[in-house]
Amino acid sequence: MAEKLIGQDISPPDLIAKITGRAKYSEDFRADGMIFAKLLLSPMPHCRVRRIDASAALAMEGVFGMLTADDVPAVDAPGEPCLTNEPLYEGEAILAIAAVDETTAAEAIELIQIDYEPLPFVLNPLDSLHPDGPNGRLEGNTRVGREIKTIKWTQEDFDIAGPEKMPMGEPSDEWTVGDIEKGFSEAKVILDETVVHQSLTHHPMEPRSTMAYWKNGKIYMHTSTQSVSRTRAALANMLDLDLEDVVLVGEFCGGGFGSKISGSPIMQVPAHLSRKLNRPVMLRITRYEENYLGRARPGMQARIKIGFREDGRITALDIYALGDGGPYGTNDHMSGGSTASLAYQPLNQRQRGVGVYTNTPPKAAQRGPGGAQYIGMLEPLMDKAARELGIDRLDLRRINAPDGNSVFGPRQGGLTSVHVKEAIEKGVELFGWNERIQRSGQLNGTKKTGIGLAISPYTAGSTGFDGLLVIRPDGKLQIHQGIGNLGTHSIADTGRAAADVLGLQWKDCEIVWGDTSQHLPWSSVQAGSQTTFAHTRANHAAGMDAKRKLQEIAALDLGGSPSDYETSDGRVFRRSNPSRGMSLGAAAERAISLGGTYSGAEPAEDLNDMTKMAVRGLEGKGLVAAARDNYPREGAIQSWVVGFAEVEVDVETGQVDLINYTGVADVGTVLHPRSLRAQGLGGSIQGMGIAMSQKWVFDPVWGVSFANRLYTARPPGMLDIPLDMDWAAVEIPDPQNPVGAKGIGEPPVGAGSAALTSAIADALDGRCLCRTPLTADVILAEIEGLEPAYGPLDLHV
Amino acid sequence: MAVIRDMISGFELFQPTAVDDAIELLSRYGDDGWVLSGGLDSFDWFKDRIKKPTAVVDLANVEELKGVRISSDGVEIGAMTTITEVSKHPHLLENYSILAQAAGHIATPQIRNRGTLGGNLSQDTRCWYYRSGWPCYRAGGNVCYAGTPTSMNREHCITGASRCVAVNPSDSAPALIALGAQFVIRGPRGEKIVEAQDYFMSPAVDIQRMTVLKADELLTSIRIPATWSGTDFYYEKMEDRKAWDFALVSVASAIKINGGVIEDARLAVNGIAPFPVRLEVVESFIKGKEPTDELGMAAGQLSLSTINAQPLRHNGFKLPLMRNLVRRSIRGTEG
Repeated sequence: MAEKLIGQDISPPDLIAKITGRAKYSEDFRADGMIFAKLLLSPMPHCRVRRIDASAALAMEGVFGMLTADDVPAVDAPGEPCLTNEPLYEGEAILAIAAVDETTAAEAIELIQIDYEPLPFVLNPLDSLHPDGPNGRLEGNTRVGREIKTIKWTQEDFDIAGPEKMPMGEPSDEWTVGDIEKGFSEAKVILDETVVHQSLTHHPMEPRSTMAYWKNGKIYMHTSTQSVSRTRAALANMLDLDLEDVVLVGEFCGGGFGSKISGSPIMQVPAHLSRKLNRPVMLRITRYEENYLGRARPGMQARIKIGFREDGRITALDIYALGDGGPYGTNDHMSGGSTASLAYQPLNQRQRGVGVYTNTPPKAAQRGPGGAQYIGMLEPLMDKAARELGIDRLDLRRINAPDGNSVFGPRQGGLTSVHVKEAIEKGVELFGWNERIQRSGQLNGTKKTGIGLAISPYTAGSTGFDGLLVIRPDGKLQIHQGIGNLGTHSIADTGRAAADVLGLQWKDCEIVWGDTSQHLPWSSVQAGSQTTFAHTRANHAAGMDAKRKLQEIAALDLGGSPSDYETSDGRVFRRSNPSRGMSLGAAAERAISLGGTYSGAEPAEDLNDMTKMAVRGLEGKGLVAAARDNYPREGAIQSWVVGFAEVEVDVETGQVDLINYTGVADVGTVLHPRSLRAQGLGGSIQGMGIAMSQKWVFDPVWGVSFANRLYTARPPGMLDIPLDMDWAAVEIPDPQNPVGAKGIGEPPVGAGSAALTSAIADALDGRCLCRTPLTADVILAEIEGLEPAYGPLDLHV
Repeated sequence: MAVIRDMISGFELFQPTAVDDAIELLSRYGDDGWVLSGGLDSFDWFKDRIKKPTAVVDLANVEELKGVRISSDGVEIGAMTTITEVSKHPHLLENYSILAQAAGHIATPQIRNRGTLGGNLSQDTRCWYYRSGWPCYRAGGNVCYAGTPTSMNREHCITGASRCVAVNPSDSAPALIALGAQFVIRGPRGEKIVEAQDYFMSPAVDIQRMTVLKADELLTSIRIPATWSGTDFYYEKMEDRKAWDFALVSVASAIKINGGVIEDARLAVNGIAPFPVRLEVVESFIKGKEPTDELGMAAGQLSLSTINAQPLRHNGFKLPLMRNLVRRSIRGTEG
């Protein structure tokens, strides 16, 4: 019997290609006759293109043509077009020029004259809610339901709040659980804080480049995308094509963090240009362009009121959050309320908010969307409350953390599993909390020690997708994956569920991924920590389908009933007499000759149409197994990371040194320990960037961005983190996943961010600065008692 | 004319093998020429298409500009010596560790491998209004966008402003000023030597240049006298990240101690003005005194009044930061 693959460290099949540079990313592809496109970006935060004079550009030798907003399908507001005549942020694409090479295209762009009409713009949601404030869009400043509307607060709303607190006028969204006033009346300690969380560009290492060409009515696209099957579907939708007319190749993706979930609007440009000019077109997005087109985490301003009973239990949590939704209104200021509900189990909760259009680069989900911001904003307040209550900070988390019977969110739903309390205790041990906490507040030379912790949950799965396998006549198992390959190893690791069902060794498995012409099944998006849960289930279901078919074929040829047969080590054999059996290769040959459901000729009825198409495409290749994940599921799937940090703050410079970070996860069964550690610590480091250095900077008068390079945006680097960080998982299986696993991508971000802000506040004797990032200037100003350089509600500074 | 970034436009590339040939080329092209050393500053400008020289003179093949030459009265470092070599050179580490240390704090290992000492000293400012191609004074226009009450000027200067409020970005400059280095410049009219602090240009004198170099001149080498060899050095750079960042404030000091008191000292700071600043008043003040924390504190306070520090809207933190770095440069890190 082969050893179970789940739980082992196995290198993914794309590893050698990646480390030798042989892996081909979208911009590495070439096609005969291919030309290059370059974009002209808006120089202003909001304007109207009144006239384009491209005559000199189009007359240049080597220039093939131009694509403008007039050449592409119009998009109803507030949808995002790929090119626009009314740019809503600095850096939005207005047109593209195609030329023999990029140098020529760039020179042509410089020859274009555009007559712009500047329009009002807004960078800070509060400015737009002001009675006389500008709107980010001509149609209004927020979206209520499906309509764009204008919400303005009264001067009185602003006057009541004063300059230090966030005003709270009319919300557009609201939910309440319990009785918030009653909750506060039972509280002994009540905090009422104004907190700012910055917006952050995703900055994947690979920009979103795309090459496209048309052949026999089909479009072939090489693009940088997180997902594959779902991006194919999105492209078909964007380009108004039938699914079978879209061939997508995206074998490798150099990161996305939520910014390339199912592609992005700009990938339509080479598709349309290619159709217009009848040539393959490559659009390589530069780092500068990626900064604008590449999406960002929505920043927030929040007023957070929390009431605590004498024993530390949270009786009321009242959050009012403004979401900086960018021009197209992607926001997560409300969804974070559910994360807060889950993490702290408040007895009564009210969540209010307004998502405001701003003329800043478009927002998208970013690793732990909403939850990471909320945990980052709330954990330092938990510490502050612990001090006021005289309760140990760790105990305050223990008191409020959920257990297996807990419910959360506006609908008060339950969970598939939750073991955060076990994660806390494991972390206390691994981090050495009891020893380290003795150093809290100690000054060693000029360096003061702070100890921090954070608990961070996030959605970690979805259900109902398809698995697709082929057992080939050579006895190998082909695992077809419609999910994407952005470095998480999901394409390989979730396939282990199928291999284990069949008792196969990994050397007998091949992953097929990243090219929709290779027959890929319908899948979840490669995002939201979904794939581990969703596709271990789907692949398990497909594995069970394969096993059933093998048993049936064996019984047909060798007698007995299917249930008499077992599969293992490349054979299907009689349980009572293992020598009586057949190889999987022989069974595959039989499946081909049997046809019907065995060969792929007749896909199961409940499969998605995309999967049915793939199954039929594989007919005759072997024993084709495909199944929809119909396993039951009750409750929300949530994973947890508990983060612990020790920092030293230099009281003379404000510089923060991170001494240790320890993360412990509740992710159910561990599929792949090495990969889990990389995800857990990698996500935590991304969170550390939120806490320490990464930000946006805009000039408020001109509305343009300056943190538009990696060195000015300042994501964290190797020297900003300790070389040795500790990581563990509680390893208690989730009962609603056949292999027990839950996702990991999202929750570490909030843990990394908040463990640091918590530790920094601890080093500052509990003073909570209520904004991120906590750069040296902010910390030093606090230590020195300087007038803060930024107002409590200032953004993009 | 529409703007496009991240795409270098064409130029004629020259790769001379001798300094005099390079100078001849620069004389020929005047303001249309460009000196390329490591390229970290140049290529940013080229990629952004803000600077479009006709002729680029690449010094990579000029061997006489490379290497560290040791002599009895000090050391001479060719301007094209890489920052990595400066940061790891055994003789520099042993005798002028402050320079090696400062070099080791520049950017990243990859950038240090490409970047040169001469390039680090001669690079342009990183004011993001200026680097974004805005028509400011330094770019030949008639306004400073960074100095207004609403500007984003956290990284800008607290002294030495003259219409322009940008800062000098060099990490090696304060170390070389503290070491009493001299810079050798060669042009069509021959060679001249300037004191390190005199190499850098105040915007009050010429707002469009960071150094005294004229279009047809090259910085060929840096001479460090043996005067300060092996004395007590201190270098510290405060930055937002521990790599790939420019200094918020940096400090360098060379202090000779005799019988427990400071016999002689040189101090310089950068990140506070459009040029690196030598603190001569502070040097005089600390001479003959014990290098205690109290002295450091007093010297730090004095440094602020000496430079007549005037913060902008967002950079008030640079005052206590500079004060404390000067303080540490006298008493060492531990308080």
